Amino acid sequence: MKQAKPIALTVLDLVTLALMIAATAMVFLYAPLEAVMGQVQRVFYFHVSAAWVGMLGFGAAAVAGIAYLRTGNMQWDVRGMAAVEISLVFFFIAIVSGSIWARPAWNTWWTWDPRLTTAVIVELIYAAYLMLRQGIEEPERRARFGAVYTLLGFISVPVTFISIRLLDTIHPVVIGGSGGEGGFAMTPRMLQTMFFSLFTFSVLFVDLYWHRVRLGTLARQVEQLRLKLAQ
Amino acid sequence: MIAVRKLVKRFGPKTVLRGLDFNVEKGEFVALLGPNGAGKTTFLRILASLSRPTLGEVTISGYRLPRDAAAVRQRLGVVSHLPLLYGDLTADENLRFYGRMYGITDLEPRITEVLKLVGLENRRRDLVRTFSRGMQQRLAIGRSVLHDPEVMLFDEPHTGLDQDACNMLDTVLREVAARGRTVVMTSHDLSRAADLASRFDVLSRGKITASASRDELGPDRLLSFYRQATQTL
Amino acid sequence: MERPLTDYQTNTLQSETATGERISTLERVQKISPNLWKATLAVVRKDLTAELRSRELLSAMLVFALLVVLIFNFALDLQPRLRVTVTPGVLWVTFIFAGTLGLNRSMAMEKDRGCLDGLLLAPVDRSAIFFGKAIGNLIFMLLIEVIVLPVYSVLYNINLFNPGLLLVILLGSLGYVAVGTLLSTMAVQTRTRDMLLPILLFPLTIPVVIAAVKATTGFLEGWTFPEIQVWLNLLVVYDVIFISVAFMFFDAIVEE
Repeated sequence: MKQAKPIALTVLDLVTLALMIAATAMVFLYAPLEAVMGQVQRVFYFHVSAAWVGMLGFGAAAVAGIAYLRTGNMQWDVRGMAAVEISLVFFFIAIVSGSIWARPAWNTWWTWDPRLTTAVIVELIYAAYLMLRQGIEEPERRARFGAVYTLLGFISVPVTFISIRLLDTIHPVVIGGSGGEGGFAMTPRMLQTMFFSLFTFSVLFVDLYWHRVRLGTLARQVEQLRLKLAQ
Repeated sequence: MIAVRKLVKRFGPKTVLRGLDFNVEKGEFVALLGPNGAGKTTFLRILASLSRPTLGEVTISGYRLPRDAAAVRQRLGVVSHLPLLYGDLTADENLRFYGRMYGITDLEPRITEVLKLVGLENRRRDLVRTFSRGMQQRLAIGRSVLHDPEVMLFDEPHTGLDQDACNMLDTVLREVAARGRTVVMTSHDLSRAADLASRFDVLSRGKITASASRDELGPDRLLSFYRQATQTL
Repeated sequence: MERPLTDYQTNTLQSETATGERISTLERVQKISPNLWKATLAVVRKDLTAELRSRELLSAMLVFALLVVLIFNFALDLQPRLRVTVTPGVLWVTFIFAGTLGLNRSMAMEKDRGCLDGLLLAPVDRSAIFFGKAIGNLIFMLLIEVIVLPVYSVLYNINLFNPGLLLVILLGSLGYVAVGTLLSTMAVQTRTRDMLLPILLFPLTIPVVIAAVKATTGFLEGWTFPEIQVWLNLLVVYDVIFISVAFMFFDAIVEE
């Protein structure tokens, strides 16, 4: 039974911290001020990164779901749950920062943009997932139903995204496109900052994920010990 | 007929069955006794193919579970403490539905036969909702023998029945068992089990802790046998 | 009520212990498990028979649907000018809410007296149970829709008799019911039961709502076919994906 915190995890914690500081510094000091939007544009770097991490977690949860249904190994349930929780938080950050962006760009706190709306729907799917888990006592059934539901969510989201996209879109297409209304052209420094933020957030995701899985595993061990004592 | 080797069933961190061995010969009527929470229902659900074993081997009439589940289901009749019947359907419609699910082709005479067996032929066109608990339970037995199974599983069939209904149920159970069928019945009611079974097994803490035939034991010693078996661990 | 057993005991003993009788009984049980379609039909038939007798589910769904329409009438103050633009939305919200009611009830019926176990004990493939329940649910939902449409037409003086609209309703209900049947099987096995179904179901059925409302608007406002086709295609895609996915996952939901 492993109890001590692995050294690699501590190292990763420190690396993550350093990267976060560096990324923040880059966003505010290195990246140039955007001409039209001004300071608010700086929210963009972390907005994109948070959304990226949210999607990473979303995908990880689906992979864990498939793995659980195939193997029946409860560890996959812990991994799926960890991915969902992290994804939930980061999508929330992406939604809020998107809202901050929307205010000066389109003069409204909320736009029914496909990406933003889809993120909200994902949040609702996760909320439903958590409520589903709460309603089931038996751990194995909870894991099974949870895995099926994350997979259903994972399959439905692209379809949902396409349907909303067909309705309308005003989200700026930043990379590759000429930029819609509210969009802007990226300078090399901006691009560098964005990719650095993406990298930093990916490391942050791995770090948090590691912590959360470790916590879940320990919780399982505690539960097992408790049952052993009760017998 | 039934062979179970080293059966383990876990629900998450909780182990309910821990290496259980169990054998039943053709024609035996085994009463599976044990305190609440000993794992009787879990064990029966595994035999009924409703729950998968975590580890171990389960074979019923030569078919492995869960691999040959369909073949096992065809040979299995299950009566639980719930009737598994539809309240808004008549006795006839319930049996007809289950008959179709089991692929029985000549249903009409079989339904008549089964209703006669459980003493409900004059309630054939009545809604199951209007049946007393005892009658529902008898119809449940009728449902379970519809496809003439070789192996019968009874999970606490007496739950919620009064004395008269219990006696009547026993008559039907005996009737059903007398056809050379193999029966496993869980019960926590020793006297009921003593009347019916030919062998008594005690399930305690996820294992079979004792087994004795009716001849070895005699009706008077069952209680002390049971006490001893549940306390050995 | 309960008759003494003595009178039939003897004659059944005779009829069943005779070896010839037992063999013929065994012969009645087909060698192979009944095919999927027969078992599916048996489940559908059972649901329809029970419903025709009690009419609990249909009457509840219908009254509920009419109440929703009525509430929308006052909540949105359906002016003649507004009606055409709002009608598709009102209709689909009504259908989806009433559908949830039906899905919950249909599964609760299986859970009540342990019937779900009874179904699982039968030597048939689990997909027969899934498709049987789903087809039953679809029939109930379509029935409600077919009743609500003319009532709505009369109340608001809108012509809803449009074959295209019927197609939209069929496609929309199909996908909704496929996911709904799977999720209601899930919800009925939880502590919170029927409360949970809409929460699980609605976020997954947003594409159905979008596409169905758009296609309905298209048919009512007389769009050109290519304009409507986008949404019909989306409905078909959703149906194909989710019928197969729901069917695939059903095993994992009912098997322990």
